[in-house]
Amino acid sequence: MNALWAVTLATLVKDIRLEWRSKDALNSMLFFSLLVVVIFVFSFDPLAEESRHIVGGLVWVAFLFAAVVALNQTWARELRNQVLDAYRVSPAPANALFLAKALGNFIFVSVLEALMTPLFVIFYNLRVLGPAWQLIPIAVLGTWALVVNGTFFAAMSLRTRSREIMLPLLLFPISIPAVLGMVAGTTAILTGEDSAHFYIVLLLTYDVVFTTACLTLFGMILHAE
Amino acid sequence: MPIPDSERVGILPLIVTDTPGSTITVNNVIKQFGRFAALRGVTAEFDAGRFHAILGENGAGKTTLLRALAGLAQPTRGEISIFGRSPQEACRDIGYMAHPSLLYDEMSGMENLRYFGSLYGIVGDARCEEVIRAVGLDPELTRAVGQYSQGMRQRMSLARAILHDPRVLLLDEPFSNVDVHSARAMVGLLKGMRDAGKTVFVITHQALLLEGVADEFVWMQAGEIVDRTASLARSASSAEGIQ
Repeated sequence: MNALWAVTLATLVKDIRLEWRSKDALNSMLFFSLLVVVIFVFSFDPLAEESRHIVGGLVWVAFLFAAVVALNQTWARELRNQVLDAYRVSPAPANALFLAKALGNFIFVSVLEALMTPLFVIFYNLRVLGPAWQLIPIAVLGTWALVVNGTFFAAMSLRTRSREIMLPLLLFPISIPAVLGMVAGTTAILTGEDSAHFYIVLLLTYDVVFTTACLTLFGMILHAE
Repeated sequence: MPIPDSERVGILPLIVTDTPGSTITVNNVIKQFGRFAALRGVTAEFDAGRFHAILGENGAGKTTLLRALAGLAQPTRGEISIFGRSPQEACRDIGYMAHPSLLYDEMSGMENLRYFGSLYGIVGDARCEEVIRAVGLDPELTRAVGQYSQGMRQRMSLARAILHDPRVLLLDEPFSNVDVHSARAMVGLLKGMRDAGKTVFVITHQALLLEGVADEFVWMQAGEIVDRTASLARSASSAEGIQ
């Protein structure tokens, strides 16, 4: 157990260091999300009441597409110089690599969300009518739902020829329940018309089920030729 | 008197490994990639504590055999045993150096070794510094590995492979793009490891470097081991077979 956490931490620190130096994932995610915000702002000019109904969808679609950029980068750097082979021949647990990658992606996407959310609030003149604190569990659980499956499917499509295309094809369909929960939960909180409790429980269940499945299956993915 | 850093090239404190009678066995191993057979029923027994040089032309199956020994390529048929265990079970005893560097270009040599050391439970910088000096590099070098020359990268890659003091070393072309002086220093280091009881496998096209050092030359052709000799001179029958 100690080895698992020690390797997870070492791999996470290494990934953050690599991202800090290259900024590949963060820059492209930020650029993409900014583009989405600007395009939507110029495309239609909703009233404050309308904004509260549509922003939940816009925000999460923007974050979902932007996250795919980071998810592809995660494993791409392990392919350069075949570094992944050095991990595969080591006694380090496969799950430590998966956890570190998922946690790394969670941090990168969370940073993106922290930077982009104020822009959404300003551009769409948002005022939350429901309990605002509930946006935090929705954001945390929703982001984890995106990155845990994304990290797994990005690893799975690692050895395919067109992995950039494969990842969204695998990830988006399986993320539908989570995305629906995130969008509906966010809208419920913004409008104050409904309780977000059901969506928080839905996201929590989704996260537990898929995190367990990914951890169980990742060893096979890592050691497959 | 302590040895100055500049003279530490090729010197590495090793745990002497005593493996009398232990062997590495490859039993009728076939490895297919689609319809192409990279290994065609390779059967061999390699004594522990010896230096085995694997030679052969491109496409002879040398790298596939080494990857199978490392547990990176699963044989389509047949078995491999490293001291009585599967390569996956024996992974802590295996040091593997591939043709690519297996290093992160964006990190310095020391940062790379610190990370790979953590995968083997190595804590602290002392061992990392030791192996970097042993391959003739400076542990204080802060430059990213991506800015190293090809030869320096090869040596750092060797440092990564020997970091956890493995009992079996599997090296794929360790001397490519390395100048003669550094290559000889690397051979000296490997000879020292063999003398300490480690089993060394080296794939190389620069076989002359290993003459007088390697205990055995294993000749491969078209996915098979065709000859095993104690020196670089081939037996007449197998040499004819190759031509």
